[in-house]
Amino acid sequence: MAEYLIKNGHVFDPILGIKGEVHNIAIRDGKFVEPSALTSSAKTIDASGKTVMAGGVDIHSHVVGPKVNVGRLFRPEDKLFKSPLRQPKNARMEMGFSVPSTFKTGYDYSRMGYCFVNEAAMPPLHSPHVHEEIRDTPLIDNTAMPVLGNNWFMLEYLKNGEIENNAAYTAWLLHATKGFAIKVVNPGGTEAWGWGLNCVTINDPVPHFNITPAEIIKGLIETNEYLRLPHSIHLHGNNIGNPGNYTDTIDTLKLAEGYSPNCDFGRDQVIHNTHLQFHSYGGDSWLNFESKAKEIMEYVNRQKNLTFDLGVVTLDETTTMTADGPFEHHLQSLNHLKWANVDVELETAAGIVPYVYGKDVKVCNIQWAIGLELALFCNDPMRSHITTDHPNAGPFIRYPRIIKWLMSKASRDELLHSFKWSEKVIGATNIESIDREMSLYEIAMMTRAGTAKALGLSHMYGSFTEGLAGNVAIYDLDPENMPSDPEMIEKAFGRAAYTLKDGVIVVKDGDIVGDTPKSTIWVNVKVPENKQVARDVSEKFLRYYSVNKDNYSLFEEHLHNPKVIEVDITA
Amino acid sequence: MAKVIKDVGCPYCGACCDDVEVTVSDDGKKILEVANVCAIGAEIFKHASREDRVKLPRMRQPDGTYKDVSYTEAIDFTAKMLVKAKKPLIFGFGSTNCEAMSSAAKVAEKAGAVLDNCASICHGSSFLAMFDNGYPSCTLGETKNRADVVVYWGSNPAHAHPRHMSRYAMFPRGFFTGKGVMGRKVITVDPRFTDTARVSDIHLQVKQGHDYELFNAFRMVVRGFEADIPDVVAGIKKEQILEVAEIMKNARFGTIFYGMGLCHSDGRNHNVDEAISLTRDLNETTKWTIMAMRGHYNITGPGAVWSWQFGFPYCLDLTKKNMAHMNPGETSSIDLAMRDEIDAFINIGTDAGAHFPIEAVKHIKKHPMVTIDPNICMASEISDLHIPVGIVGVEVAGIVYRMDNVPIQYRKVIDPPEGVISDEELFERIYQRMCELEA
Amino acid sequence: MDTVTVTLVNKPELIIEAYNITPDAFAGKSLEEIGNLECHEGNHKTALKEFFTITGKAGATAESTKIIVKGDCTRVKRIGQKMSAGEIVIEGNADMYTGGWMLGGKLHVTGNVDAFCGIQMEGGEFIIDGNADNHLGSSYRGDWRGMRGGLIRVGGNAGSDVGTFMIGGTIIIEGNAGIHIATHAEGGTIIVKGNAMSRVGGQMVKGDVYIFGTIDVMMPGFRYIGDVEKEVDGKSATFAHYIGDLGERHPTRKGEVIYGNLYQKI
Repeated sequence: MAEYLIKNGHVFDPILGIKGEVHNIAIRDGKFVEPSALTSSAKTIDASGKTVMAGGVDIHSHVVGPKVNVGRLFRPEDKLFKSPLRQPKNARMEMGFSVPSTFKTGYDYSRMGYCFVNEAAMPPLHSPHVHEEIRDTPLIDNTAMPVLGNNWFMLEYLKNGEIENNAAYTAWLLHATKGFAIKVVNPGGTEAWGWGLNCVTINDPVPHFNITPAEIIKGLIETNEYLRLPHSIHLHGNNIGNPGNYTDTIDTLKLAEGYSPNCDFGRDQVIHNTHLQFHSYGGDSWLNFESKAKEIMEYVNRQKNLTFDLGVVTLDETTTMTADGPFEHHLQSLNHLKWANVDVELETAAGIVPYVYGKDVKVCNIQWAIGLELALFCNDPMRSHITTDHPNAGPFIRYPRIIKWLMSKASRDELLHSFKWSEKVIGATNIESIDREMSLYEIAMMTRAGTAKALGLSHMYGSFTEGLAGNVAIYDLDPENMPSDPEMIEKAFGRAAYTLKDGVIVVKDGDIVGDTPKSTIWVNVKVPENKQVARDVSEKFLRYYSVNKDNYSLFEEHLHNPKVIEVDITA
Repeated sequence: MAKVIKDVGCPYCGACCDDVEVTVSDDGKKILEVANVCAIGAEIFKHASREDRVKLPRMRQPDGTYKDVSYTEAIDFTAKMLVKAKKPLIFGFGSTNCEAMSSAAKVAEKAGAVLDNCASICHGSSFLAMFDNGYPSCTLGETKNRADVVVYWGSNPAHAHPRHMSRYAMFPRGFFTGKGVMGRKVITVDPRFTDTARVSDIHLQVKQGHDYELFNAFRMVVRGFEADIPDVVAGIKKEQILEVAEIMKNARFGTIFYGMGLCHSDGRNHNVDEAISLTRDLNETTKWTIMAMRGHYNITGPGAVWSWQFGFPYCLDLTKKNMAHMNPGETSSIDLAMRDEIDAFINIGTDAGAHFPIEAVKHIKKHPMVTIDPNICMASEISDLHIPVGIVGVEVAGIVYRMDNVPIQYRKVIDPPEGVISDEELFERIYQRMCELEA
Repeated sequence: MDTVTVTLVNKPELIIEAYNITPDAFAGKSLEEIGNLECHEGNHKTALKEFFTITGKAGATAESTKIIVKGDCTRVKRIGQKMSAGEIVIEGNADMYTGGWMLGGKLHVTGNVDAFCGIQMEGGEFIIDGNADNHLGSSYRGDWRGMRGGLIRVGGNAGSDVGTFMIGGTIIIEGNAGIHIATHAEGGTIIVKGNAMSRVGGQMVKGDVYIFGTIDVMMPGFRYIGDVEKEVDGKSATFAHYIGDLGERHPTRKGEVIYGNLYQKI
């Protein structure tokens, strides 16, 4: 395996506290080492005048699995005349815009300098599908989070306050699906959707199950910390996307008060609130819809046990998809476009609807502003992560554009003042009055150091610390001579000068030039033997599932290049 | 000591029963018994142990007879055919695993071929409707646990999906459906009085080819326009339309299972499209889902695999090599064959010889043709080359997708005949040979 | 206006995809450059000159370029695809996607065209003297934004699925049309001078359909509301006016529900 010395680059590493100083980065056997550990055969990459960061780490993106694939399948028009027409040697065809093919997904992330993506939602029953797609997504390591917030086992255990049983079941599920963390989507509301209903506040009882979303969330936090999982619960709360929902969001976040993390993986949070933009809305109708980003961030800034990602609306035509079945049904009643829905027995649901975030639609412009405001109001960028909830608020290929907006007030203002209803948008938001321009160091927090830490993966990614995976992004940006044109920032982050994955050059000058195996990371928790839960599992499969228990757990041959994180709570 | 293998998936229909128990002989080479399986599924398992299995590829000779050749020769022939052709068509895949579909896609992309599956002549019209109107669906366990009303429209599971009614939709007792069939209303809509209609609570004998108008009438009731409905629509009296519409509206959870009756009568995709519209309408007030009764056990598979690899489920024109194009009516197998637009053909995991119109077969036969199939079939008998492979679900394991898109992990119960390889290995070797030829 | 004559002299073994036969691609190019424009026969990527002889002269812009296509183009797809200006005359038949995604200019086919012609057209004029096959002026699979503008006029008959998902523009068929006219339409006008079969205006939200002849099976979802005098394509006549599809959703404007209109000549 080749050794590399990346010389003279301006290094940004929030974990090591390196803020753009010139450093040399050394890689041997696919991992970072001290430069002195290199042999004479090491090759040199000259990074002088360039920005050097650890490989990007995406905390929340819908890239593989059944609903993503329905999004691809039922939108042929998302491909019409939109192929990039690339034909590199030994690489696969790249198709799709808002919901790209697996190959395009891997290549595009790699072009942006990313090496890891956390799949945001895996319906447990569909885990073999998720892992098949992971196999076909090149160049990025993956984890996948089983969706748990409406699972019948969990609803019954938590209704009875049985945290230990719920934890034993969760450990079984992580093992069965080769999953990574506990994903919660519209707790209780998605189960209610089985009857065409919803839970819009944290106190709405779940039909037939005699439990509330608040009890589910608290129970899952306790389960998560009991299991000492690397990541916290990963929460998409109730009442997404509706005017005035910011109070429900604050009510939800308050449930974390009094809890602190219990694990050996270095995270500080007990709730990661995903795509917070969709949960920060004021007003009581679309007519007086407004930003409540400031109010949300006033709360979040005070609470050290919360992290979040943005979910910035990028003003594109895209495809919305979420396990929040009732929300997608609501959306199709607004825009009347085609609607797919997949309710998954005993577990979850999903809806998919195309959506056009119009450049001259006031509500969409306000949503755009809210996503950026959350980042700009945040005191600690380690806890605030760049996402688009791909593809919900926009495709992930827009991350470089978001970075541009965050780093340049001029670019924000230019777009803001080009809106047809710009005065109304300014009136309903705070963005015009915010002068903050984020630094490259802060961008490194929001795209790799902070995300890796919140995921509990800072022992693998997000820094140049010795022993971590040799994932490097080199961007053609000179921190000492930043371009006056903000477009150059977007261009630099969109086409990395180099991406190295596990010490292999996979991107050069924005083109895919190499290949290397990718990994699937999952969490195996050793829990005390629990006969009750084993009986419950057998019983539910016998009576309610439509597949047999022994065909449900992922077969070993369908797990590709696994890296397991072992946790033992019996010790 | 005979060995019983449990939790085996059945390689027959899209219901993908995964509770089959297979008893194999001491040496693990013969299947002795199968349990929990319908009559058709049983035959597929038993077939594997037949003595007259084809064990080597067979190449057509100038005198018209077949001669056994090695896999190496067969792979070389196929690779050369693909490299030479301007527009080869690779069609089939209803009866193989997703691993093979993935390998075949790699071959098709390299060859600049058209890649299509049996949906093209089956549920392809369902895809067209999904493209235009979406697909509010669910997994089969949802129907089992929640449904109090089930509609079989233009489908006849009693014959085509023999265990569908007992495992998922009509008889089973689920979490909220403890009374089983006693708590469910079953409605069958079919021009024929089928065996499914026979066991249903209500049979609507729709006039053949007029389902579209009948859906329209139901939608009018849901929107409050019952006064505007003519006295008879599609052969069904207005009173009966109102009665059934009332049952649908009052359902707590309903599922429409539709089949070829919608996909292959006049209007095709539009029939499915309007069924989807009705499902959407019903969701304004209660919960309804819809599901295509997919035919073969893994015909849902290629739609899944190729959607994640290329963005389209079927009819993929990969001839441009840097982009895929799909437009059924143009890039669909029958249309290409009828217009004589293809110059090489691979039939894999289906029988185009039996299922294509004779005019299409005549055009195909002007060009080289290869059949990949464990068995002798009509396609294999008119091909230039027949390559035998192991039977997926019996001799080869792998992932298949059930009609509701749930992946089921199939097991291998016995070894294939000595020397016989899998579809996946075959396509991998064809790919390698193409790389060598192009180097 | 300068004219380029393109003559098919070498027939393809399969079919040709000639997406570059447009005034936009020809404008400002020499004959040699035009001959070198890319086309496809299956996976065989080649140039127009392999199949066509090219004479005349192209204008400096698309507006000032006229293309005359000669020879039997029954198996030549995508002529005039995405053309924005100028003129094409096809002397004879043409294959699929002729005038597909057309933005402007004039396209005249003296013979017949195959399926998917004029799909998702946005502007311009597309005249077919003969017959048109299925999906005339329709939408591409899955796109809810079908034909938006322009005029398609067919001298003969049209196949099924005319104007699916249409949102604007006009389609005039002098002869008969197959099943499914204006399905899912949310605007635009379709005029059939001959007979229609069934499913006229199914799932129609908005728009106007005129049928001069018979309709085999009327959709249940259309309600007769009276007779009206209308001038259609330059001629006045009395029509029975129906609104629908009552089974479909409809927008409201100023408190009033907007329906699709179906007019049948009395």
